[in-house]
Amino acid sequence: MILDWLLPVLLLSVLALALAGAVRRVSLWRAGQPSPVNIISGLMAMPRRYLVDLHHVVERDKYMSNTHVATAGGFVLSLVLILLVHLFGIESKLLAWALLASSVLMFVGATFVYKRRKNPPSRLSKGPWMRLPKSLLVFSATFFIITLPAAGILPEGFGGWVLALILAAGVVWGLGEMVFGMTWGGPMKHAFAGALHLAFHRRPERFGGGRSTGLKPVDLDAPVLGVQKPTDFKWNQLLGFDACVQCGKCEAMCPAFAAGQPLNPKKLIQDMVIGLAGGTDAKFAGSPYPGIELGNAKGGPDSTITEGLVNPDTLWSCTTCRACVEECPMMIEHVDAIVDMRRFLTLEKGNTPGKGAEVLDNLIATDNPNGFEPGSRMNWAADQNLKVMSEVKEADVLFWVSDGAFDMRSQRILRAFVKLLKAANVDFAVLGDEERDSGDVARRLGDDATFQSLAKRNVAVMNQYRFKRIVTTDPHAFHVLKNEYGDFGGHYEVLHHTTFINELVKEGRIQLGAHKGGTVTYHDPCYLGRYNGEYESPRELLAALGIQVAEMERSGFRSRCCGGGGGAPITDIPGERRIADMRMEDANATGAELVAVGCQQCTAMLEGVVEPRPEVKDIAELVADVLVESAEPASRKRDELAVEVA
Amino acid sequence: MQPELNIVALVSVGQHPKSGRARRAEQDARAVELGLRLSGEKVQVLHAGDVAEESLRSYAGMGLKQLRVLQQSAGADASLALGDYLSEHQPDIVLTGVRAESGESSGMTPYLLAEKLGWPLVTRIADIAKIENGEAEILQALPRGQRRAIKVRLPFVASVDNAAEAPRQSAYGPGRRAQLEPLPWVEAADEVRASFDEAPARKRPKRLKMVKAKTAAERFKAATAKSQGGGGRIMKDEPPREQAQAIFDLLLEEGVLR
Ligand code: SF4
Ligand code: SF4
Repeated sequence: MILDWLLPVLLLSVLALALAGAVRRVSLWRAGQPSPVNIISGLMAMPRRYLVDLHHVVERDKYMSNTHVATAGGFVLSLVLILLVHLFGIESKLLAWALLASSVLMFVGATFVYKRRKNPPSRLSKGPWMRLPKSLLVFSATFFIITLPAAGILPEGFGGWVLALILAAGVVWGLGEMVFGMTWGGPMKHAFAGALHLAFHRRPERFGGGRSTGLKPVDLDAPVLGVQKPTDFKWNQLLGFDACVQCGKCEAMCPAFAAGQPLNPKKLIQDMVIGLAGGTDAKFAGSPYPGIELGNAKGGPDSTITEGLVNPDTLWSCTTCRACVEECPMMIEHVDAIVDMRRFLTLEKGNTPGKGAEVLDNLIATDNPNGFEPGSRMNWAADQNLKVMSEVKEADVLFWVSDGAFDMRSQRILRAFVKLLKAANVDFAVLGDEERDSGDVARRLGDDATFQSLAKRNVAVMNQYRFKRIVTTDPHAFHVLKNEYGDFGGHYEVLHHTTFINELVKEGRIQLGAHKGGTVTYHDPCYLGRYNGEYESPRELLAALGIQVAEMERSGFRSRCCGGGGGAPITDIPGERRIADMRMEDANATGAELVAVGCQQCTAMLEGVVEPRPEVKDIAELVADVLVESAEPASRKRDELAVEVA
Repeated sequence: MQPELNIVALVSVGQHPKSGRARRAEQDARAVELGLRLSGEKVQVLHAGDVAEESLRSYAGMGLKQLRVLQQSAGADASLALGDYLSEHQPDIVLTGVRAESGESSGMTPYLLAEKLGWPLVTRIADIAKIENGEAEILQALPRGQRRAIKVRLPFVASVDNAAEAPRQSAYGPGRRAQLEPLPWVEAADEVRASFDEAPARKRPKRLKMVKAKTAAERFKAATAKSQGGGGRIMKDEPPREQAQAIFDLLLEEGVLR
């Protein structure tokens, strides 16, 4: 019987080839920059990260998660048993029966993969990925039949040489795809790279329910700032790109892609794979970047990415909304990669498109993006009688005003919030003219030098004063203060105003009436929701106003960006639609008359949509509208005033 | 473009009008931009002052390999040092801003340099279209977007107007790495300058035009109309005495002379 000697030979040679492939692949990753990981504990944590964290994401699609458990579980089990039974020739009925069972399991899983691939949604890649379900079926069926004699079900040598030949062909196909292909760039590469990516992820804090969203600082003394060529990425970033399964979940969520801007996060990750391994995108079998034809992109580990592989406009289209990262089952970090490459364009090439250069110059010269006089930061509050930190030195709450201070629409939100703070008798103070732009926009535009300079100066100012917490109405400042100032010595407890007001309401420190009016929907700002996990407080607060939120189809962690993040309105890369318009359509679909938001940038973007459209209001405004002001403190104020005048 | 063209762009330390912070001066940066477009990286950028001045890095970030600094202390007269250097090195073209954003800001530097070098001065240029056979075709910027074509023989001094192409973005990395090369240089104290008192400008009351507009469109028109100078008079052929008298009368009328 030819299979008796052929099977072990095939198994051994495929294993040897796969090993060679693995060595080569690892060397491609190791061409990246050093990034310290804990190898042992990473590998130990890997199974748990796979079973818990990864499946937490995959489970959003029940069909696929069950399918994957059956197929992948069946495969891993089968492979181990195949080695025991057919390579080491352990004669055990029990093992053989186990192998039969695992291959059946895998076969069942594979049929579901096959069904999903019958009519694949456009987000899925075709090409070799259409072959994969067949390979899975062939692999499992072949080894099922081959194992029947060992299990004693059929006699040795059944079926004669015809069947033996067919089975041999099946073995070659199955092993070729599943084992050889795993390390030589076939679809199964995702299992190999994915497993290691889980073990050596650059943001291990993300596992076990944690969150890690702050960008990592640039070493400003490095010979090249930002990522110019694929090998400028950290090695585990390269590993991460290689883990992509081309499921296109990121593509389906990306607002820039939907708006017809030249960005597709899935394609971007595949372009990074082309970059790290060398080649062209001619064989890419998914949706292209809108408006950019396939086949012209070329790259290699040591060639400049933005010259031939990725068009800079692709990078500048991103709003850094993190919808892709949130959705990615392989936990790939698209936003890190995009900002890394932007850093090169801004810091090394001086090529920030649109109004980018002007905004950065303004930030450098005036600490605000529009070039307003730094000394006029408090003009909005001329009538508010706010305590300023430089005078009081100490307060319970530091109110971070943000650049909304210069914008008339945002000032209404600020005023509303101040009204609430005063009504609740909160001991708060502002930094006044000592406050600077948080650096959010500069950082997302790739100018980490300006970000760091702003951050350091802000931290130096804040560290002079004593306060318990910071509260801000701007989710971008919120994120930066909370998650990105730590690298510069600023460790604070930071709250978004909706969280803080919600606390005040719960403690009974402000009394509210009920909101009047029609249906209300709520738009989750990316930097509040996905970046910081705050989905509940705004909703609780709306409920406290007696509002039943009519949720949009995409809400919570799946909220669609308003288009205002990441400096996108500044770089202004043209597309076919505007992201803000699409978001307003989402809101319209709920029949809402009012969109409640928690961000001045979202307010600006959504109010920029042409009428007729629902009204847009910040939650602070909604709460302030129905605030029941107790008469007592007001009269006391009048007395004080009288004394002063007298 | 001639390959051997030797262009020097002079740069000063600018000052942001709102924050007063040192920065890349807008016109000087345009001079550097023009220089870069005419002769690429070979353009020589020159500053008289302190090599440690951080804002010089933002010129360097436009893609300069190096920037030469004639070391001068704070109270020195930069135009003297620059004049010395330029007569020694004899470049083909010297580009400057129209006026500095800080210091005396008199706009005299290009004039003083042209005088010292004995070269023609072209003021407020928007572009240098072509340089051929030792002659440059220059576009001079006039008010309201008008341009005047001028031909000048090399060498010459030109001051670059705000109408010139905006300077490219300054990139941090190259700006950090560019070499700022200090040259010890003789200096002479600027005595005129030393006698100045510097104080923040006071806002002068603005004469308001009465606009009798009924509709928004009319108000818009009034706000954007170019000044007509309707009250003026053109005197071309009258004898000089009469012309002078007219000016004198106007100054009296406006209260400039009393
Ligand atoms: S990057 Fe992630 S979400 Fe996007 S296609 Fe790849 S695996 Fe799927
Ligand atoms: S962060 Fe948002 S805009 Fe950027 S690629 Fe991901 S989904 Fe698209």
